[in-house]
Amino acid sequence: MKAHLTRRYLFSASHRLHSPQMSADENQSTYGKCNNPHGHGHNYALEVTVSGPVDARTGMVCNLVDLDNYVEREVLSRYNLENLNTLQEFAETVPTTENLCVGIFEIMERGFLPAHLEKVRIEETMMNSFEYTGQNEPHR
Amino acid sequence: MVYLTRKAEFSASHYYSSPDFTPEENLRVFGKCNNPNGHGHNYTLEVTVKGEVDPRSGFVVDLKQLKEVMHREVLDAMDHRFLNKEVPEFFTKVPTTENLAIAIWQRLKTKLQTASLHRVRVYETPDLFVDFYGED
Repeated sequence: MKAHLTRRYLFSASHRLHSPQMSADENQSTYGKCNNPHGHGHNYALEVTVSGPVDARTGMVCNLVDLDNYVEREVLSRYNLENLNTLQEFAETVPTTENLCVGIFEIMERGFLPAHLEKVRIEETMMNSFEYTGQNEPHR
Repeated sequence: MVYLTRKAEFSASHYYSSPDFTPEENLRVFGKCNNPNGHGHNYTLEVTVKGEVDPRSGFVVDLKQLKEVMHREVLDAMDHRFLNKEVPEFFTKVPTTENLAIAIWQRLKTKLQTASLHRVRVYETPDLFVDFYGED
């Protein structure tokens, strides 16, 4: 029987939203306060949803220790307490939470093999959140 | 189609041990959760049903009926219980959150009269939840 398992993680990071493809005025009008050259930070909440058949012996979709270890090693240690703009993946790409969602989805999809990746969801603040389910994934 | 979700909370204890594993394997796979004295959680259950809105009542489902079914089938059986010892599904199955969501689905699915069950979500902690959408 297939079940979906979701685990929630917290990390904090700073960023500045600024596109090299826009003029200074366009950046300001598009990103507003988020365009402040000194940057600003958020406490992000990350939710990773994986799915798969529930193993008859363990009763699990996947072992949480494996999921936690992978997310800690590949995601949290990369982003927690960093300035996102200084990271290679955001050298050319604006570190919006949309792009962060897609980036984390790709990190998970590339290397986490024990269960199928369904969704990455990130809350940037209590008032907004973003979800990515992959390019061809049906949204549930 | 309209979806309606009702929440409930219950507290229960459990431990993880599979009869298919040796004691050493159980400890390696389940870690601290293998302690046979058990440990507990405050679970949050979300039951989502779906259906068409009844033109006379404006309801997808009678909330009172849904609440009663959830209480009778789930909370009365599981709240303030030791899942491994007091809930029959877990005499043989490991009471993981995955199996708990499946067991709750199976308890509820035939008991709802007007709406059909869409999803059972069980939070073991605020950081961990499982969704079950049925056996397909």
